[in-house]
Amino acid sequence: MIDIKNLHKTYVSDGQKVEALKGLDVRIESGEIFGFIGLSGAGKTSLVRCISTLESVTDGEIFIDGVDLTKQKGSDLRALRKKFGLVFQHFNLLMNSTVYKNVEFPMKIAKIPKHVRHKRILELLELVGLSDKSDAYPARLSGGQKQRVGIARALAADPKFVICDEATSALDPATTMSILHLIKDINKKMGVTFIVITHEMHVIKEICTKVAIMEDGKIIEHGDVIDMLVWPKTETARQFFKTADINLNHAAYEISRQTPGKIIKATFIGNNAPDPYICTVIKRFDVDVAILGGHIQEINETIIGILIIKISGSDDAVEAAIAYLNETIEKTEVISA
Amino acid sequence: MLRFVRSANVKTMQPELFSAEHIEELWQILWPATLDTLYMVGYSSLFSIIFGTLIGIILFITSNEVLCKQNIFTSITNKVLGLIVNIGRSIPFIILIIAAAPLTRLIVGTFIGTEAAAVSLTIAAIPFVARLTESTFAGLDKGVIEASVACGASLPQTIFKVLIPETLPVLILNYTVAIVNLIGFSAMAGVIGGGGLGDVALRFGLQRFRTDMLFGTVILLVLIVQIFQIAGNFLAKITDKR
Ligand SMILES: Nc1ncnc2c1ncn2[C@@H]1O[C@H](COP(=O)(O)OP(=O)(O)OP(=O)(O)O)[C@@H](O)[C@H]1O
Ligand SMILES: [Mg+2]
Repeated sequence: MIDIKNLHKTYVSDGQKVEALKGLDVRIESGEIFGFIGLSGAGKTSLVRCISTLESVTDGEIFIDGVDLTKQKGSDLRALRKKFGLVFQHFNLLMNSTVYKNVEFPMKIAKIPKHVRHKRILELLELVGLSDKSDAYPARLSGGQKQRVGIARALAADPKFVICDEATSALDPATTMSILHLIKDINKKMGVTFIVITHEMHVIKEICTKVAIMEDGKIIEHGDVIDMLVWPKTETARQFFKTADINLNHAAYEISRQTPGKIIKATFIGNNAPDPYICTVIKRFDVDVAILGGHIQEINETIIGILIIKISGSDDAVEAAIAYLNETIEKTEVISA
Repeated sequence: MLRFVRSANVKTMQPELFSAEHIEELWQILWPATLDTLYMVGYSSLFSIIFGTLIGIILFITSNEVLCKQNIFTSITNKVLGLIVNIGRSIPFIILIIAAAPLTRLIVGTFIGTEAAAVSLTIAAIPFVARLTESTFAGLDKGVIEASVACGASLPQTIFKVLIPETLPVLILNYTVAIVNLIGFSAMAGVIGGGGLGDVALRFGLQRFRTDMLFGTVILLVLIVQIFQIAGNFLAKITDKR
């Protein structure tokens, strides 16, 4: 578990002070895939550099399984560093070493005996799908393959936490997806905690269980990914989840305007298909329902359906129908009367 | 140059060019001189690369936040060492040879002769190699160093497992530049009786108008430079997997 308390980081360069982190609190439980999302300059990289001790902390505490890493020095600090594996945006592989040697590096540092290393390297290369590239040099690999080496290296010394700072930002969409699935897979198989830094919502939606939204050196909102998607509290969260949301498109709105009625956005969470509710509404209340848009997605093995419908009929009947929906499904919003 | 042309016209004591005696005579002067040059260049290269690289590493780590926590001590070390290196590089070699005499005497017991010249050459080349090494390391992507440090690698581990192996091809090329420079500098070793090809070129070629000697030394020097450069390029190439 990583417990961060009141973390401050101020850079001083050429007499100028830049406050990158301004009192940040967060708790990352073991086994999670915890996402940090924020716009450029929000302080995401500063945060992970503080956690991985590449940067010194200005103020605050970072507890790793109860040990405050801001108070560690020398060999204790190096021992603590071995609990982390880092995956970088630009891979940062040893270009003059083979794939095998790259993965072996952290194990040599951790003084793992040779025969154990050999077995583990083969397993890891198998895991990331690069068994045939063992003797290749990184210059000969594609970006996606390089990042797979990066992930294998991060896992090599058996870390408890793997930190990925924009690990997929230099990759194309298809490669990004394969890397994200690999991360999810590893998290499931090995129980490693992942900390994922990104500025792309789809990365969060694809793999994260928890998410924290960073803005101006602080965490302004955090929690379960689905909760935040459905019930965002801040405008920034709403903006980030916009792509996961659906909005009434203009054409549908124009068509629906020709008849009276209320436009409702209904969000369903869980594996119940939305349809029976709509049928019930039509049967039970004297209303007409037109479907204007909708989509279904899966986040953390949970189905989330969003449906935009138009309910028309007598005012009383429409009210009653909305009241019913409000009670039975996760979230009902009247987006236009 | 003027003198060179005149000497060619005068044709004093110019023996039959390709006669056995002539070649024998050339050989008896040029071969020991070649050995002297190789001796001076060999030793000075070896030691200037060892000490220069060491100083280059210190210069690099004392200004690198990730590798070594920066404080007053590191910053003073860096400044002082940097100043010494700059001073060393700005003193003309011919002056340095004389200025280094006391130190040379301390190390090899005398300040004249081939050994003394090798010491002077080493002292002259160390600052140059130090700067080359530092700038080679500075050219390495700092993310690679961070990756190593983040794994829990100690400073020596990062230096010997990352910094040097990752920059090895560039280091080899830079060392080759330093060695070729040393071959040029070794010509001045004659001043303190160091001998060598440069000395022959001066004493026989220029002062005694022996154009054949002059050509002989030039050809041999070009050959030596070529051999070192080709070897350097080859080594750099086979170690470069980037
Ligand atoms: N080494 C540094 N020296 C001075 N200021 C820095 C340094 N690193 C970051 N900053 C500043 O700290 C702030 C936060 O930067 P940080 O890199 O943590 O943001 P980020 O969220 O990772 O952004 P991005 O999405 O662009 O990577 C920025 O204003 C940046 O200019
Ligand atoms: Mg960043």
